[in-house]
Amino acid sequence: MATTITMPQLGETVTEGTVAQWLKKPGDSVEKYEAFVEVSTDKVNAEVPSPVTGVIRELIVKEGETVPTGAPIAIIDDVAAGAETPAPNGSASPSEQVAASAGSSNAEANRQASDEPVPGGNVGLGGPAYDSPSNGARGGPPNTIATNNGANAPHKVIGHDGGSSPQKIITHDGASINGVRTSPAVRRLAREHQVDLARVSGTGDNGRITANDILAAAKAGPSAGVAATIGADNAEYVAPASVQRAAAPAAPPAAAPATAPAASAPKPPGTAKPSDANAQPGELIPLTPVRKIIAQRMVESKHTAPHAWTMTEVDVTNVWKWRAREKDAFEKAYGVKLTLLPFFIRAAVESLAAFPLMNASFTDEGIRVHRDVNVGIAIAADGVLVVPVIRHADQLSIKGIALAAGELIDKGRRGKLGADDLAGGTFTVNNTGANGSILSAPILVPGQTGIVTTEAIVKRPVVREDDAIAVRSMMNVCLSLDHRVVDGAVASGFLSDLKKRLEAMGPAGSL
Amino acid sequence: MTATAQQQTGTTVMTNVEAVRTTLHDALVRDDRVLIMGEDVGARGNVFLITKGFLEEFGAERIIDTPLAEASIVGVAIGMAMEGLRPIAEIQFADFIYPAFNQIVGEAAKTRYRSNGDYTCPLVIRTPYGGGVRGALSHSVSIEALFYHVPGLTIVAPSTPADIKGLLNAAIECPDPVLFLEHKKTYRSVKGEVPAGYYTIPIGKADVKKAGTDATVVSYGYNLHQALDAANRLESEGISVEVVDLRSIRPMDKTTILESVRKTRKLLIIHEDNKFGGIGAEISAMVAEEALFDLDAPVRRLAGPDVPAMGYAAPLEDEFMTSTDEMVEAMRELAKF
Repeated sequence: MATTITMPQLGETVTEGTVAQWLKKPGDSVEKYEAFVEVSTDKVNAEVPSPVTGVIRELIVKEGETVPTGAPIAIIDDVAAGAETPAPNGSASPSEQVAASAGSSNAEANRQASDEPVPGGNVGLGGPAYDSPSNGARGGPPNTIATNNGANAPHKVIGHDGGSSPQKIITHDGASINGVRTSPAVRRLAREHQVDLARVSGTGDNGRITANDILAAAKAGPSAGVAATIGADNAEYVAPASVQRAAAPAAPPAAAPATAPAASAPKPPGTAKPSDANAQPGELIPLTPVRKIIAQRMVESKHTAPHAWTMTEVDVTNVWKWRAREKDAFEKAYGVKLTLLPFFIRAAVESLAAFPLMNASFTDEGIRVHRDVNVGIAIAADGVLVVPVIRHADQLSIKGIALAAGELIDKGRRGKLGADDLAGGTFTVNNTGANGSILSAPILVPGQTGIVTTEAIVKRPVVREDDAIAVRSMMNVCLSLDHRVVDGAVASGFLSDLKKRLEAMGPAGSL
Repeated sequence: MTATAQQQTGTTVMTNVEAVRTTLHDALVRDDRVLIMGEDVGARGNVFLITKGFLEEFGAERIIDTPLAEASIVGVAIGMAMEGLRPIAEIQFADFIYPAFNQIVGEAAKTRYRSNGDYTCPLVIRTPYGGGVRGALSHSVSIEALFYHVPGLTIVAPSTPADIKGLLNAAIECPDPVLFLEHKKTYRSVKGEVPAGYYTIPIGKADVKKAGTDATVVSYGYNLHQALDAANRLESEGISVEVVDLRSIRPMDKTTILESVRKTRKLLIIHEDNKFGGIGAEISAMVAEEALFDLDAPVRRLAGPDVPAMGYAAPLEDEFMTSTDEMVEAMRELAKF
């Protein structure tokens, strides 16, 4: 028996994925749950586990190719089917075998491809997610796009897909679909009976799906919603098909699983080249998934949040001295460079406590003031901007922040940042000064109310209160804010509070 | 009435208070080691007339009127129990038990453990508890949650005459201390058939008083009877509620509760004692630990409010006591959830 593997949906708003790297080649055997492909949908690369034990028959999608979620990407011969299938190291290459079988009879190929344990034939990748040892490959816990959606993390997240489904509310704990909660019993029963929750209509209060609804659906059989593709645990995270369609009108329909494997040169629908007509002037750099996401989110932020901007100048002479005094011992003790960033973040979270509205999200229902203070730090990893999040930064000392930031930066360099590292930010600090900038007008992370940049520190003669002229280390701090949430008074108050705190810091302090 | 009770057959309809009285009487007849001590249990024959006539029948050595000193009642009874007697100590109202707390918790519950098994404390402490009788602050309290935290203590709270007889006999037989709780509002308002002859009901065993499929209600005491009324009312709406009578508070019958919850997938716990840290909290936690993936709705609790006492004014008492209507509503909501 052959299993067609489809592009997994790594997150509720994701509609396509790129095969970053095949970890197996045709003929290789693969264990159930063993990672066999690395998929990149966003800023996160996820290793995807095999849902079956078997032998790779064919890799349908090339490395670097982007296909819609649900499109077939590989075929794995189950171990049991090994006997019927020609040995992979036989004379014909695997793709030739497939082509041959397709050539001999389309019907045959269709039959074979649909020779799946259940109707639908399309064995998705999420099935074993509940037991999956590979975190990154889960059917889509807080996903990569949630990087920024995650600003609302502890609360409700509203779909960001071009506003096409603003009424669909999915709680971040993944316990609901379309705002309908599913109980532990429902999720367990759905998993045991392989019932796709999206296809069950609930009879409970407010249309809630009850445990009995699942049992009834299981009894009624496949037509009533027994699905092979999405295990219940996945269904918690993955929006039902109808939602996806609504959420991503531009996304092409997923290829029918029965036809794709038979195609000798599978061209997943939806990847039509833009340039069949005329050659473009100059070089066209194709959009990487990351570039696309950045573009989408920046546009979204600029279009939805009216940005206002303000700046102040801070005397950081004493912070500078403090850090200079501590940095060698610190690096020796903890193996992490002590930069100025942790000092800035510490001051920022203290100011956030004084101005909680700066740690909030604008929603249609109202302004959501977050309980948690999760500070995103903008870092460049692999030439790409990512904003990993220091959770509960308000509960960390300067030392704690330094260690947390150090870990995130290190992960970023190694390309190991996971969805969890990127989700849930409520405020962002960007140390643009590290690149020499003295002035920035940052774009808000969608869902957040404020972002501050700390600019380059320059020594300047400064006239002090007693008219003495002194050489001081000066730094600009810039703030972009969502004017829907706060007005200038709050923003200025926040910024001057931040200034005061930074200027009060000094070598006498404790890390 | 003689020891030939065992040969009797059939059943007799009686009230809860009659069940207590006849069971105590039978025990006094059956076993010379049994004695009763407490405030007004002798000449007065107990404030609910439970021991009326016992003093005359069994004498002042076995029916002992004590001073108003609960610590002494329990303390003396502990000594008697450790030395081989089977004392049944009465705390006139559960509201008065606090002075005996140290004796019960610090001494009786730990006797077996402290003496490494050399001594046991086969003591029964009976006490009427609960409100709904316009008894106000000093005659309405529920005390089970204060004691159920204590290992070494057994707590039973039967609610029907037949259960009272079986569990009181079991408590007297029990080699360790048993707190025997009698809801005073059920004393004369609840009647039922009681099998003739001597029998015991195992301590630690709950009882499904009404089978059902749509939700499980766990309760005990006066609330149990309201819950049964509520469940019966809902039958006409096609809602089938299973009512589990906890009977023993500690040890708790996890098996019966879990079996029922796994069947109905929904749980409502009703008790009169304050909600915070009450018996319902323990049951909820136990179910969450053992049967989370069987739950199709959040666990619900109906319980006494967190106010210091039951007020004397009727509206205050009514507000404290969960009404049958509230139970109907909660069960309906849960079943439909």
